[in-house]
Amino acid sequence: MRSSLISNRRLILLLTVLLTPAMQVLAESAYVTENSKAAVLERCVAPTDVMRRNHMDFLRHGRDDTVLRGVRGLEYSLAECIDCHASTDASGKAVSVADEGEFCQACHGYVAVSPACFQCHRTTPDSAAGRESLGYRFNANPRHPVGQPVDGETDHEQ
Amino acid sequence: MSNKSDSPSTDRRQFIGGTLAAAGALTLAPGVILHALAANDKATAGASGEHRWGMVIDTNKCADGCSACVDACNSEHALEGHDRPATDAVWIRPVKLKDKQTGHVNRLVMMCQHCEHPPCVDVCPTNASFKRVDGVVLVDRHRCIGCRYCMMACPYKARSFVHEALSDQSVNAPRGKGCVESCTLCVHRIDAGGMRTACQEACEKEGHAAILFGDLNDPESEISRVLKTHNSVQIRADLELNTGVRYLNL
Ligand code: SF4
Ligand code: SF4
Repeated sequence: MRSSLISNRRLILLLTVLLTPAMQVLAESAYVTENSKAAVLERCVAPTDVMRRNHMDFLRHGRDDTVLRGVRGLEYSLAECIDCHASTDASGKAVSVADEGEFCQACHGYVAVSPACFQCHRTTPDSAAGRESLGYRFNANPRHPVGQPVDGETDHEQ
Repeated sequence: MSNKSDSPSTDRRQFIGGTLAAAGALTLAPGVILHALAANDKATAGASGEHRWGMVIDTNKCADGCSACVDACNSEHALEGHDRPATDAVWIRPVKLKDKQTGHVNRLVMMCQHCEHPPCVDVCPTNASFKRVDGVVLVDRHRCIGCRYCMMACPYKARSFVHEALSDQSVNAPRGKGCVESCTLCVHRIDAGGMRTACQEACEKEGHAAILFGDLNDPESEISRVLKTHNSVQIRADLELNTGVRYLNL
């Protein structure tokens, strides 16, 4: 009995020693990448720890609403994640969020979980698609009036 | 009481949304999250069974040699070819029909006909092929396993398979290797309240105006008026799929 307790303690000690560098990496890693829209915004659509823990559930929930039921402009939208979190390089060109050290890859690479999103979804903001043609950011919907047009960043600055 | 309605009930969501509006997302227990979907006033109401979206194509107006609609579709959805006509993605294509006896040639554009009774949906083993409540037939790429049964089942050869890894897709149409796809009736525009597809817009711009998109369920819509006053046909009407795309002067 006693010996097993000791070994448990040892185990905890060992785990702590092993995990400390890992936790440090997480704590020190920037929440946002430099030169991204998100870097100058006060907050994400939800508190950072909520987003970190739950973004995959939010996105999975939203994808069904959008694909199957045609609900657009959801609070949690992958396209908007990318609009905000993709950084730009020195020449002002958008960098893929799945590139080494970029917003998605930084954590996903660390935990060795490959985000399957990007087999189909683009990894940089889409500047070519016309604003009017976009379901997800388009707000002046004549059939379903849904409030004022979003003006890029001001949307998140409440 | 197994009243299985096609249209999703939003009442419950709105109730939940209203109650939780301030919370955003409420964590009940680890891993259990209630989403406040309707709390976000940016979100659109989604597809509605009140509408049935469709198209009418005037074969007399479809001009020989023109590819405006195809180009518009390709750029709207970022469809890029590899110069391999047998496998490149094609969502809309011009077709020529020749009457062998008289030599008369008809030109029309062919795309997913958005069947009311879609064979592609019948055969899909994963429920990836589905029909929205507003009649738009789509592929849910999150579910598609690329078996291509639907391509075989479609009588109109409307579907394409993506053979190559893609990047820089349009946000209008996320798409990727290993999935089947076809005309979406510009569903991203429909959801945004748009009343013209990319192909219709391009065709009008070219001065042909052979394509008209609209709500088949609304008797006041232009498409309904055209269909009421003109003799239109469904291609392969004998299959009784009740297509959402109809043709004039064929
Ligand atoms: S035309 Fe083909 S792909 Fe389109 S709904 Fe009908 S069977 Fe399906
Ligand atoms: S290819 Fe995809 S959409 Fe078509 S039948 Fe197979 S799983 Fe369904």
